[in-house]
This record gives sequence, C-alpha cells and structure tokens, in this order.
Amino acid sequence: MSLLAFVLRLACWVLLAPLLPGIINKVKAWVAGRRGPPVLQLYYDLARLARKQVVMSTLASPAFIVGPAVAWVAVLSAMMMVPLGPLGASLSFRGDMILVLYLLALARFAITWAAMETGSAFEGMGAAREVSYAVLAEAAMIAAMLTLSVQSGSVSLATMLTPTVGTSAVLLAAGLFTVLLAENCRVPFDDPNTHLELTMIHEVMVLDHSGPPLAAVLHGASMKLMLFAVLLTQAVLPMGTYSPFGAAAVLLAGVLVVIVGVGLIESLLARFAFRRVPLLLTTSVLLCVFALLVAWQGAA
Amino acid sequence: MLDLNLLIGLAMGLNLVALGSSRLPSIIRATALQGVLLGVMPLLLEHDLDWRVAAVALATAIGKGVVIPGLLRRAMRAAHIEREIEPYIGFVPSLLLGALGTIAAVAVARQLPLLPEHARSLLVPGALASILTGFVLLIGRVKAISQVCGYLIFENGIYLFGLLLISSTPLLVEAGVLLDLTVGIFVIGIIVDRIQRAFDSLDTRKLTALRE
Repeated sequence: MSLLAFVLRLACWVLLAPLLPGIINKVKAWVAGRRGPPVLQLYYDLARLARKQVVMSTLASPAFIVGPAVAWVAVLSAMMMVPLGPLGASLSFRGDMILVLYLLALARFAITWAAMETGSAFEGMGAAREVSYAVLAEAAMIAAMLTLSVQSGSVSLATMLTPTVGTSAVLLAAGLFTVLLAENCRVPFDDPNTHLELTMIHEVMVLDHSGPPLAAVLHGASMKLMLFAVLLTQAVLPMGTYSPFGAAAVLLAGVLVVIVGVGLIESLLARFAFRRVPLLLTTSVLLCVFALLVAWQGAA
Repeated sequence: MLDLNLLIGLAMGLNLVALGSSRLPSIIRATALQGVLLGVMPLLLEHDLDWRVAAVALATAIGKGVVIPGLLRRAMRAAHIEREIEPYIGFVPSLLLGALGTIAAVAVARQLPLLPEHARSLLVPGALASILTGFVLLIGRVKAISQVCGYLIFENGIYLFGLLLISSTPLLVEAGVLLDLTVGIFVIGIIVDRIQRAFDSLDTRKLTALRE
C-alpha cells in the first residue's frame, strides 16, 4: 500500500508537471486571441528531445551533462518532501523544510554550473543574473517558511502547511506568488519566450544544452513551477480543515488559479527593467517578513 | 477594533507603496487612497453616529482623496513631469528604511504607557510609521511633487495620532487643519508651476543656485 502510494505520488508530480506550462501558454494565447500551442506541447517537446543527440562544446567537461541531471534529481527529491494534499508526502521528518530549501539551491547551483561549462560569456552572464536574483528570492522564501513554522509551531512541512486564514496568509500569498514568478523566471522578472535579447535570464543559461539534458532542464523547470504552486496553495489555504476529497479538489483548484494567474500576468504585464527587479523582490521579502511579524504577534 | 486595525494596516502598506514607487502618479494615488482610508476611520471609532462626525469624515475623504490629488495631478501635468529620476535616497533603501521604521514603530508603541483601550490598536504605530515615511519622502526625494506627497503622508500620521483624542478634541480643529492643507496644496500647485517656468525643471536641487 505504501509503495503504491509512493509510486502514485511520484507519478503525480512527474507526469502532471509538464501540463502547467502548457496551461500558461494556453491562457496567454486565449488572452491574445490566438489558438496557441496544444496544452500537451511540452510532452511532445520532451519526447522529441529525448530522442535527439547531445551536442557538446569542446570546452565542456562532463559537468555539462551532470548539471541538469543533478538539478532534476534535486528538484524531484524536494518534491518528495512537499505534501500533496490528502496524498501526503513521501518523506517527512523534523526539519525537512530546510532540506527542501537547500535542494532547490542545489538545483540552481547545478544549472548555473552547467551553464558556465559551455565557456560562453553569454551564459555566464545569465548565470550571474540568476544567482543575484536568487539572493533576494531565497530570503523571501526563508521568511515565508519561518512564518509557516511560527504559525504552526513545527518545522516539518507536513504539519506546517495547515495554517489558519488570517492577515499573514494574505501577505504570505502576495510574497510567495512574487517568489514563484521570480524563481520560475516568469514575467515580470524574465520572459520565457525570448531567445534573442540580452536581457533573458533562465533561457540564456540553457541555450547551448541539447537533447536529453535539455529535456531534463525543461522538465525540471516545470516540476519547480508545480512545486511552488502547490506550496503556495497549501501555505495559504487551511488544508487541514477539509475532507480528503475536498482537500484534493481545493488543491487542484488552487494550483489552477495560481497557474492561470501567472498566465494572465504574463499577458497583461511587460517585463520590468532590470533596475526595477530588485525593488520588486525587496517588496516580496518585506511582504514575507511582515507576514512573519504578524504570525509572531499572533503566537505571542 | 479589528476593522480599524485592518484599515490602519492598509494605510501602513500604502506608506511602503509610496516609498517604493518611482512614478509620480502612483505616489499621488497611494497618498490619495491613504487619505480616503483615514477619512473613513472616525466613522468606525465613533459608535453613535453624529452628523458632524460624518460630515468631517466625508470632507476628509473628499479633500484628501479627490481635491488634493486633483490639484497635484494638475501641477504635474502643467510641469510635464512623470517620474522621479534620481532620488537622494534610492527606492530600495527608502523601502527598507520605511519597513524598518514600521517595525520600530510597532515595537516602540508596545513600550509606551497607553490607555488600555488603545493598547491593542495600531493607531500609534500607524501614526509613527506614517510620520517616518513622510520624513523619508521629504528628505530623500528630489522632485517637489513627491516632497509634497511626503508632507501629506506626514500630515496623515499626525491625523492618525489625533484620532486617539477624537472624543476630547473638537472636530472643528480637524476641519480647520484640512482646510489649511487644501489651501497649502493649492498654493504649492501654483509654486510648482512657477518653479517649472523659472528653472525649466522641478529639481529642487537647482533652487539653491541663484540666477539673474
């Protein structure tokens, strides 16, 4: 039974994740009045990439291949610790939230390392941008996690993600949503569609990847998006108060709302100028810090 | 009391919005919204609704939410300026200063010997935070219009403090302050226009240089 549940959860994460970018693209196409790519486009892309050869720069060491693989595994292991509504988490222990944060950081490290392996100045620039934004985004994420653990008096994700609704939940929702946009390189921080500008961040890092490593990068990115959407939904809504089926439905609806929100923001907002990005990220840090203070006030 | 705290919390959030936005229209909008929130507050504080309280509340909301922002927008249009380019204190530092100020205001207000009925209220922290925000905007911005917005937020802080004494100060005083404020902004609107004509810019740094 437990093995079945384990496989079910894993399948849920791995198989459903590529659906989310498809939904975002569909929403964007719908707002723009186009038909847009099919919702399953990323699955087709992954299948195509998996059959392709890997082209490697003569400068690159094996880390060029290992990086995306490490990142993919790190994100997947982080996901195993994030509870999935009534299905629960595959792994749960005291302090697992810290490991989740570090695994996400490890994934970022692996991707930026692989990006710099190509020896291209362009990719090094993207890597520098990615990590400099991450400084602020991670601070916000840590503040959000602290808020949740102060609220629930626990450091395990399974019990942390069942808070009550309050002022801090609103602040936390706004802060975590901004972190989601920044961490997943969506508008207004980065434009996932551009491939020609000097301003792109994530796309520039994976520009020279090809074949199965690129598939791992793309799939890992979609899993990370799903992880943040699930985390945001469960951090804000009082998941513990619903029946199992209700919780599953609420989780699904919440993730869908988050994803459609990302799509709408992407079609209604332009990417911010570079100088403005730290301001927005600072705002998200402050939102999470204020949520933490409100939670503290409530706990004291 | 909870509703009042929510409104004050929103007003404190608007302080940070005003500190973080570089476009003048959004600073003016944040200030206007804060004025409307402040106008509504006396209605929540007074349990038996008096027509005089209602009239002052309405006058505050209209004055701070419509008339003053309208005057500022007109001055802005006349001067052809849209945004703050190079503030003395950058946007991220001023945002951090504002956030620190807000946290410090909450911490300080806890230490103050307040009346028991004001102990759980955010009135005092909100007032202190708004005053600090007003100071940061007054000191840190270069354009005259954002300095005026800083002055308005500063005044909002004083108004919040005044709400503590709402049962003992006559509302006439508040109404008088509001009138003064409106006239003041009206005059500043004209001055902004004159500065623009004389110096071709609203940069207050240029006002220190003498010119024939």
